[in-house]
This record gives sequence, C-alpha cells and structure tokens, in this order.
Amino acid sequence: MPALSWREYLDEKMLPHLWCPGCGNGIALGALTRALAELQLPRNKVVVVTGIGCWGKADDYLATSALHGTHGRALAFATGVKAARPELTVIVLMGDGDGATIGGNHLIHAARRNIDLTAVVLNNQNYGMTGGQVSATTPVDAVTSTTRYGNPERDFDLCRLVDAAGANYVARGTVYHVPQLDRLIRDGITKKGFSFIEVISPCPTHFGRRNKLGSAVEMMKALKTRAVNVNSPAAKTGELPAGAFLIGKLADRDDPDFTARYAAVQQKAQAKGGFSS
Amino acid sequence: MTRININPRRCKHCGICIAFCPKEVFGADYRGAPVVERAEKCTACGLCVMRCPDFALEVGEKGK
Repeated sequence: MPALSWREYLDEKMLPHLWCPGCGNGIALGALTRALAELQLPRNKVVVVTGIGCWGKADDYLATSALHGTHGRALAFATGVKAARPELTVIVLMGDGDGATIGGNHLIHAARRNIDLTAVVLNNQNYGMTGGQVSATTPVDAVTSTTRYGNPERDFDLCRLVDAAGANYVARGTVYHVPQLDRLIRDGITKKGFSFIEVISPCPTHFGRRNKLGSAVEMMKALKTRAVNVNSPAAKTGELPAGAFLIGKLADRDDPDFTARYAAVQQKAQAKGGFSS
Repeated sequence: MTRININPRRCKHCGICIAFCPKEVFGADYRGAPVVERAEKCTACGLCVMRCPDFALEVGEKGK
C-alpha cells in the first residue's frame, strides 16, 4: 500500500473550514495530520473524539474515524472507546473551555487513570465559539465578554495540573513553533498511557480583539517571543521573563497504563473463578 | 524554481504566510491576500504550508 500523505488524513472536500481568519486551529489540525502521516496509522484505526467548541469541530475535517460528543465529555467518551477497543488509537481534541473548564474533572481523572489516550487541548484562553466568554485558562485581569473589567480569577497551568495528576506524557507547544508541535503530537500518540499536549493558539476574533493584542500576525509574533524552550538555559535556571511560558516535553514517564493494569485485574479475577469474558 | 500554489477558495487573508516567510517570498494585494512576488527566493522549506491555518498553500518542486 502506498504511503499516505498528510493531506490524505484530511477530508479536503469539507474545506474551507469554519474557523476565523488567523485562528490557530487550522495550524494545529495540520500538525495532527502530519503526526498521523508520519506514523502511517490506518485511518479507520484512529478514532478522533471531540466535544463542543471551535476545536471540537476539527473531526469534521479529518478522514479518520470520529466520535463527536457533548460539551466537556470528550474524555469520558474516549475512555469508553479505549476500554472497549484497546487496539484503536484514540485521540481527543478539546478546547480550553471544553477540556479544562467544563470537562476539567474528566481531565484530571483521565490523567490519574493513565489511560492510553492522546489529548490535544487547544488553549486560546477563552470560549471562542460562543462569543469569547471567560474560561479556566483566561489569564487574571484579561478582558472577555463576561469579564468586561478584567478577570478576577487566576488561570490554570494545565500542564502542571495534568503532570501532578499522573499523566505519562505532558507537553506544550504553540501554533507558531510548528515543526516542534508535529513532533510533540507524534510522540504523544506513540506514548503508552495518558498523553497531554497543550497547544497555545491565538483567538484574534475574541480574545485578541478584546485585549487589544492586534492582528493574527501580531498574536503569532507574541507566541514567538513569549515561548521559552524547556531545554534552553533560561528555562533551566528558572529565570523566566514576565509573560513567558515553557514549551517542549514537560513530563515523560513510563508508569503502567490503565489497559495493562485492568488486564492484570482480569487475570486475578479469572484465577479466582470470579470473572468470565 | 519552486512551484507555489495559493488556493483562493480557501485563503482567508490572515497574512501569516506573508509575515513569517523567512525569504519574504510573498507580497500582499489590496485585500491583504498573498501574492507570490519573489518565487526565485523560495527554498521550499514548507513553513508557510505548515503555518497556513486554511490549507490554502502548496509548495513543491517544479514539475512535481
């Protein structure tokens, strides 16, 4: 069988997509398709599970299998898919509103369970699809349509949250640093256990406009200047300038995943005569 | 010379390819849409293809 190109993982007849000019979602979708093409995963053996939101529409543009669920519950559906069919590659696409705010509890428990899923959480710092409302990753003092005079709450550091909850693989990338983003997603897919990739992405239509961050190009330039590679000398000394965030592989461990642990429990139960499948 | 295709049906004129091409291959028309102005400078690095949010760009060697 000839090798699949990354464009063959896209459902090109669905393009142009519905995302706004300069939205990073399309760049992240491209990175995902390039990661899938590099691994040459058969399209029918990949299940892309999404919830609701701008990034939750991504499955519409993919030629893989897909499951489009309710708001915030993509990880719950994905857990079911993986538990029933462990041989499938399950990729979960959620925004920060979907995955970290409404579905925040599913996120920490999927990480605790260390189930072999790859979650790509696209963080644009607000609820884009519904009009730019505040989310759990909106920075303090930022203006959104529901925090007109500034956000009184602090934002989550999602990578530290998921790392602390026990995920095997935690990484952060941006849609500016694309070759690196391709690699981070690819490594997350091959990693056993829960993989979490946070993608920092601009929302010029809502977050950028309300916070006067300029055009999509200006917001991309800001990603370039604010991101600090985790392997750089500045990251190692811990002296980061204000507004900076780390990108790269932030956690990488090899704890047994849920599927392996569950198989062990099944064996134990069978030995005692209490389980038949 | 490298062949550069811009799909006008998909392009939303965000300007990312124009701003971040390392060789400044693109110019803009009056609507802000990219125009290939210096195709001879293109090294086919593919960064514009990767950073295009709209899958509107194709870069390949001539005759490919």
